[in-house]
Amino acid sequence: MLELQEGFKMNNKEILLSIKDLKTYFPIKKGVIKRTVGAVKAVDGINLDIYKGETIALVGESGCGKTTLGKAILNLVKSTNGEVLYNFDGKFQDILKLNQEEMKMARSKMQIIFQDPYSSLNPAFTIFGSLRESLSTYGIKSKQTQRKIISDLLCEVNLSEEALNRYPNEFSGGQRQRIGIARALLINPELIVCDEAVSALDVSIQAQVLKLLEKFKQERNLTYLFITHNLSVVEYFSDRVAVMYLGRIVELCKTEELFSNPLHPYTKALLSAIPVADIDYKKNQIILKGDVPSPVNPPSGCPFHTRCQYVTEQCKKVVPKLININKDNDEQHWVSCHLYK
Amino acid sequence: MEQDLVIKVDNLKTYFYNNNKCNKAVNGVSFEIRKGKTLCVVGESGCGKSATASSIMQLLPELSRIEEGSIQYFKDDKIIELQELEKNGKEMRKIRGKEIAMIFQEPMTALNPVLKVGYQISESLRVHYKISKKEAKKKAIEVLSNMGIALADQRYNEYPHQYSGGMRQRAMIAMAMCCSPQVLIADEPTTALDVTIQAQIFQLMKDLQNQQGMAIMMITHDMAVVSELADDVAVMYMGNIVESGTKEEIFRNPVHPYTVALMNSIPVLGRGKTQNLQPIKGNTPSPYNRPKGCQFEPRCKYATDECKKMPEEILIAKGHKVRCWNYKKVLK
Amino acid sequence: MKSRQKNIYRKMEKIKQSAENEHQKKENKNRFIAKFLNNKLAVLGLILFIVIVFMCTFPKLFTSYNPSQIQLTIENYLKPPSRTHIFGTDKLGRDVFSSILYGGFQSIQIGLVSALFAGVIGVSLGCFGGYRGGLIDKSFMRLSELMTAFPRIVLVMLLVSIIGRSKMNLLMIFGLTGWSTMYRLTRARVLSLREKEFVQALKAFSVSDNKIAFKHILPNAIGPIAVNFTLSTANFILQETSLSFLGVGISPEILTWGNMINVAKELAVFRSNVWLWLPVGIFMSLFILSINFIGDGFRDASDTSQQG
Repeated sequence: MLELQEGFKMNNKEILLSIKDLKTYFPIKKGVIKRTVGAVKAVDGINLDIYKGETIALVGESGCGKTTLGKAILNLVKSTNGEVLYNFDGKFQDILKLNQEEMKMARSKMQIIFQDPYSSLNPAFTIFGSLRESLSTYGIKSKQTQRKIISDLLCEVNLSEEALNRYPNEFSGGQRQRIGIARALLINPELIVCDEAVSALDVSIQAQVLKLLEKFKQERNLTYLFITHNLSVVEYFSDRVAVMYLGRIVELCKTEELFSNPLHPYTKALLSAIPVADIDYKKNQIILKGDVPSPVNPPSGCPFHTRCQYVTEQCKKVVPKLININKDNDEQHWVSCHLYK
Repeated sequence: MEQDLVIKVDNLKTYFYNNNKCNKAVNGVSFEIRKGKTLCVVGESGCGKSATASSIMQLLPELSRIEEGSIQYFKDDKIIELQELEKNGKEMRKIRGKEIAMIFQEPMTALNPVLKVGYQISESLRVHYKISKKEAKKKAIEVLSNMGIALADQRYNEYPHQYSGGMRQRAMIAMAMCCSPQVLIADEPTTALDVTIQAQIFQLMKDLQNQQGMAIMMITHDMAVVSELADDVAVMYMGNIVESGTKEEIFRNPVHPYTVALMNSIPVLGRGKTQNLQPIKGNTPSPYNRPKGCQFEPRCKYATDECKKMPEEILIAKGHKVRCWNYKKVLK
Repeated sequence: MKSRQKNIYRKMEKIKQSAENEHQKKENKNRFIAKFLNNKLAVLGLILFIVIVFMCTFPKLFTSYNPSQIQLTIENYLKPPSRTHIFGTDKLGRDVFSSILYGGFQSIQIGLVSALFAGVIGVSLGCFGGYRGGLIDKSFMRLSELMTAFPRIVLVMLLVSIIGRSKMNLLMIFGLTGWSTMYRLTRARVLSLREKEFVQALKAFSVSDNKIAFKHILPNAIGPIAVNFTLSTANFILQETSLSFLGVGISPEILTWGNMINVAKELAVFRSNVWLWLPVGIFMSLFILSINFIGDGFRDASDTSQQG
């Protein structure tokens, strides 16, 4: 059933997507009768508002759940709990509760660009064949119209019209990624989830793709959820950053704020661990001990307490809430840590 | 400077023959690896850096070979020409693993998934030293715990899939280090690992280098890693080293158009949103359809007709070499 | 070992020379065909296959006798090979050579159509079940395991004895009992392709499940299916033969290779009337071999991991 809520603004910025207490658990089944013996808690209670027109980065290491979150928002994986409220022209609806027809309409607003350029295009189809399927599903069935739309978009990503008749294996990784971007833009979405969209590319090609993404954002007033593990790109590309660890957001604030004033111990360690391509850059080395715990068995209390140098007894027992410590001014800085009350 | 040379590669050419085509993957590469220092070979995919490492270790696949050039290994006053040794001959096998060791990018595929990790390390030890099984086991456990693996005696009996990514890489480093090699070749060892684990591994490698005076040849595509670890840098593009020198020289005075373009196209932490990223125009050419002469010429903004002939290596400052006819224009 | 190394080096020199001579060999658009043609056995198989199929489809070009017109006389009763009948005649006065050709047509038809039928069932179930997963996939899997576990010959014999021995029935029975391999092959490929990102991209556009499975995933799975199809054909021809040998195959009025070999059951025939079963046996073996060679050739040619 549709759930309607009044759209609201915060600080004059309109909210496009509001994630409320989202949990995505993958059950682990064992035995002949497949009893559920546990769950991989990929996304473990996320609260996040995404504003229209912003680029918000989702960073974290492997196993933190960022890719799962990106897919859960589009309902490409089934979530266990929570709501994902999308702003459809002023009215908020929970995407997770839509039926198939409604979901199809909703999906025309949100799209995704994938990481691996080598498996994101169907090797058995030409580019035209692959991309026209998306248009057909949304009612544009005439081949001529499809050709026009697709070749126009390919032109915008600096590929010629003859690319339509070629197969994916004739293109380089960077070119395939550009085709992936063109595909995401086919039905004019508002929100695009970039799931590690530049991570698998050569460094000099990454710049090409980032520039393209920037250009489209300006021209079409897009909103990006930029999932990555590369913090150097984040600093350059995004407006806000959310740091994830074991399925939870541990820090959320503006990009400049995160890099100049990181609060959460994990963020501090992460920033100190990144190698920087500048020999004059000075930093304090915080080397974390141990490995990232498995999302099957997350630690009790704060998920980071096993590796934290400031750990207290409370940290081991109580999960810290995500609270905004900047209540006085406009710039919100959310942290999930007992050290900050 | 000859005393602290461990490996000297001179005009190495390695060609790959696949599908009836000839790929000149390494086309005239020269560099030196010095004792106790780290050389970072940096380049993008297809530039030939992994092929260079495989050539040194004589681990090339069947349909490929070293065409020309020499790889000299300096050991106690002797010079051994590695390219002359038979691939799987006695001499090469004595050197490979014991004196020159290599670690790879994907630890899961570099470790045998059906054998216990401890066994694989002991096996490596027993190939190179005449010791009993018991002694090998003891040494293996010791080396595992030196690499930072907790409860090493328990971990000895486990399989690779029971280790996490970072631990597998440590196990591979343990296997490489157990015979105390003179040179460690690391082929993108942390690309598949998380940043915090990468920091741990780098710290480990630096400690080992300090303790044992080992030389490291680090292959990477990440300039940031180069900035962290390197003493010397060699920038590769399409089979040639286009620029080489100390880390300070390369970062402060890059002179080859490719090096400059590369540095301008990556976002650097600390420079914020106002960085002007400039993508390198064009695409990396197909290895079977290479441009004549300088490989970077089609994408270079300083290109002239002269560039249709392969530039020679020019020494422009102490230890700083560049392969470009027009480097003076870049300096301006 | 040394000579192998020398061979490789010689090949390398040749390639280097041709590369240096600016022999801009056009990008071999069809590596598949090139690889296939490189495989001598496969080419031999293909030639043999074409020859036999041609002979069996146009028997009138090769023989003037028509085995369906039985004219039993003393001259042509069970005669050994002679100039008028190169493989002799059988108990009904039919020329053995023409029987091989006409019978071959029937056998090949049975093989191909059964393989097609079983293929359609197996591929559809494998694609649908493999993509959907869950209960549907599990039940299909159990069904196929049941079919595999049960001795096939016994099952077919059972069904034949119940439904009857007409050609149509036999084709149906073969199809209904022989789909498990195709099913498992298709399912395996679909499972590995299901998690690929291009499939997720299609889902992100709300493309229907059936469309994704059959229109987008299936074309990528065709390789091993095509290979298996050729081997299936051979299999079904052999099956038909075994059934005839056991006496429960296609009704004896229809001439097939199986029916012809059937006569060799009697020891007397086996020993003294060699021309009745040996030529058929050889013909059939050659045909099956040729199909196997072609199948191998397909498999090697479509294998992208092998060095060219």
